[in-house]
Amino acid sequence: MPEDLNWAIGGEAGDGIDSTGKIFAQALSRAGRHVYTSKDFASRIRGGYTAYKVRTSVDRVESVVDRLDILIALTQRTIDENMDELHDGSVIIYDGERTTMQGVEIPDNMIGLDVPLKSLAEDAGGAIMRNVVALGVACEVMDFPIENLDSALEKRFGDKGRAIVENNSKAALLGQEYTAEEFDYDYGFDIETTDADYVLLNGDEAIGMGAIAAGCKFYAGYPITPATNVMEYLSGRIERFGGKVVQAEDELAAINLALGAARAGARSMTATSGPGIDLMTETFGLVATSETPLVICDVMRAGPSTGMPTKQEQGDLNMVLYGGHGEIDRFVVAPTTISECFWKTVEAFNLAEKYQIPVYLVSDLALAVTEQTFPPEAFEMDDVEIERGKLVDEETIDTWLDEQGRFQPHFPAADGVSPRALPGTKGGAHMTTGLEHDGLGRRTEDTEVRVEQVRKREQKVETAKEQEEWDYREFGDSEAETLVVSWGSNEGAIREALEFLDDRDISIRFISVPYLFPRPDLADEIEAAETTIVVECNAKGQFANVLEHDVLTRVERINKFDGVRFKADELADEIEAALAPQEVKA
Amino acid sequence: MSSETRFIDFKSDTQPTWCPGCGDFGTMNGMMKALAETGNHPDETFIVAGIGCSGKIGSYMHSYALHGVHGRALPVGIGAKLANPELEVMVAGGDGDGFSIGAGHFVHAVRRNVDMSYVVMDNRIYGLTKGQASPTSREDFETSTTPEGPNMPPVNPLALALSAGATFIAQSFSSDAKRHTEIVKAAVEHDGFGFVNCYSPCVTFNDVDTYDYFRDTIEDLAETDHNRNDPSQAREKILAGDKEYIGVLYQDENSVPWEEREGVTENMAEIPDGAPDGAMDLVREFY
Repeated sequence: MPEDLNWAIGGEAGDGIDSTGKIFAQALSRAGRHVYTSKDFASRIRGGYTAYKVRTSVDRVESVVDRLDILIALTQRTIDENMDELHDGSVIIYDGERTTMQGVEIPDNMIGLDVPLKSLAEDAGGAIMRNVVALGVACEVMDFPIENLDSALEKRFGDKGRAIVENNSKAALLGQEYTAEEFDYDYGFDIETTDADYVLLNGDEAIGMGAIAAGCKFYAGYPITPATNVMEYLSGRIERFGGKVVQAEDELAAINLALGAARAGARSMTATSGPGIDLMTETFGLVATSETPLVICDVMRAGPSTGMPTKQEQGDLNMVLYGGHGEIDRFVVAPTTISECFWKTVEAFNLAEKYQIPVYLVSDLALAVTEQTFPPEAFEMDDVEIERGKLVDEETIDTWLDEQGRFQPHFPAADGVSPRALPGTKGGAHMTTGLEHDGLGRRTEDTEVRVEQVRKREQKVETAKEQEEWDYREFGDSEAETLVVSWGSNEGAIREALEFLDDRDISIRFISVPYLFPRPDLADEIEAAETTIVVECNAKGQFANVLEHDVLTRVERINKFDGVRFKADELADEIEAALAPQEVKA
Repeated sequence: MSSETRFIDFKSDTQPTWCPGCGDFGTMNGMMKALAETGNHPDETFIVAGIGCSGKIGSYMHSYALHGVHGRALPVGIGAKLANPELEVMVAGGDGDGFSIGAGHFVHAVRRNVDMSYVVMDNRIYGLTKGQASPTSREDFETSTTPEGPNMPPVNPLALALSAGATFIAQSFSSDAKRHTEIVKAAVEHDGFGFVNCYSPCVTFNDVDTYDYFRDTIEDLAETDHNRNDPSQAREKILAGDKEYIGVLYQDENSVPWEEREGVTENMAEIPDGAPDGAMDLVREFY
């Protein structure tokens, strides 16, 4: 297990919690430490508890744990919300002069540091910097060189002018000095720094960057938590590469804008969350039937209906696998880590164009809002390959014309993949439609043609199953009797839970599945295991159901649907508990 | 290539299934003529149609085309135009498609003012589903689903466009082939969103808004001293809503299409074999 430290700042939404936390995460990253962050937040702009949590280590960290070592609390509720995670010797930094913190009670087994954050901030140039004063206090507590804050402050405030950066730097220093002078505790932290250079980014940003890397030039979307960051990332950046972001009037328009751009030949994408997928499902069938390459990203949050917009859930699996009337051919790809958000996005664009099919790229809130460190080589752009499939141009189009010289956009080729002529290609004019159509794209209700076209679209999927790698990621002990299977963002927490379990002499084989359709056949793996446990963030065990159907067997389930992602230590306990009855039986 | 294009080049070999006498024949002929006469070619034209009798137009015309879902043809057209601004984009729809299920998209397409044209075949009835009230049906128009009439005022499509800040608002009559073609041509040539509401009578299900009715009541703005560039004249005529005008009611001659204002000029279909130049800078931004 990594030698880790768990830090958090919490208060009311609107208190600047997010940006303060990000500055601190950035500082740790600049000091060559790995960082994994998480957020507790409400969707209101102001009002409601919110916290930004940072787990840091010199080794990689892949998840959150149920332990908090240092807490900057701007409200009493921040302490209450985190009481279970605080422990003997935890440090709580607060401003006893703040109205929300008057009469605050720090448990006897913890260290309370009452620092006049606001007054010190005013000394540095303005009360608004009180959170940065608290960062200075944290630096002193952790024995973390305060200079590391400077580059993070520069990044955050650089465009606001030198004075602002310097004032913030001074604010941090005042916090540090005050703490050094006023308190004399042995906090017991020893924060190592290294020479490593890391980048710090979240899953939405990785998806946006992956889209640009893949040559995506058109993005249409409608703001929705937690997918908005994809759009915000692309806005102003995709334009540097000759592309355009369009904010649509609703999700119905967003997917149709993206569809239009894709028909014109652009690599095109939209991203939304569950409620947006509901609306887009109308056009999803048209995308598939017209055989248009399109990447549709679903950053899942807790549903149904408005559900819990700022909470984690993996509840959309059935929808992305089966959503829409009629039978719709599609691919469903679900990255399991933040760096995989980048690579799977690149892959989704290639799959979409090679097979002229809509691809659901499924992420979730935990990936979207987590900031994590990576060596920059994790996103090596030279490794990005673009495959565009059967695009025809004016030289090659002749092969695909019928006897009367007409282009056949839905020609029932043996592999199911038809040629694709983009508007502007001479001799390629054709129509496509959501109606059943013949090879020319003309409406038909002819029974033979109907069967031929349905089979042709299915054949594309069969071809893809043979030609592409739909593999899984494997961790732990491949010989273990217990198999844990999961999908999406749970991978990090499970990997770390494996280490906890290893200490308890429980060995596990863990399979993390990034391809949901087509998906790897796990029949042999499940067969070989004594016990299979499927871990996912939903109540019904949607992936467990899918696997039970695939393999015609029963699996154990660990489900979490309280809106909070899995934590490594908590998950280790649950896996151990799930195995206990078997041991008794044996 | 352009001067050689004839309107017949825009005709497909699929036989229309519209009822004999349907206004949509005339509406479509004018669209094909307008495209040919403005120097466009089927291989460089993208036509989008929605659902309803009007939606069939994509099958009957020859060009690159998409026949989409009900009410959402406009965003498809906008997406195609932004992805490749060299394409000529024309969207066809009906009154249900444009002013009922797609009314939201209509308002925002008008606002966005992308350089394309939008021809609505307005027959004031739902024909394909055999005669129900449409958003432009009269208040007392009795149909199978509104036995006493809709009992609410019809949408005024021109006023809807006006209120959304349209740069080109016109109306035509499918039976007046010459004027209809001229008006659609003006919409195609307009630098921005060219909206034409075309009276396109349904001979099967609408016995009120008939050819005779329109012939008797239409007032052609070309025969008046209407100044199409004067917003106050346009406002007055459109909001009064008391006459069936044809002609260009309003055109903003200084209109600059949204894509030009946003600097969208490239054909986005062209991309390199790997990540674009400068992509590694994106990674460095995360230091």
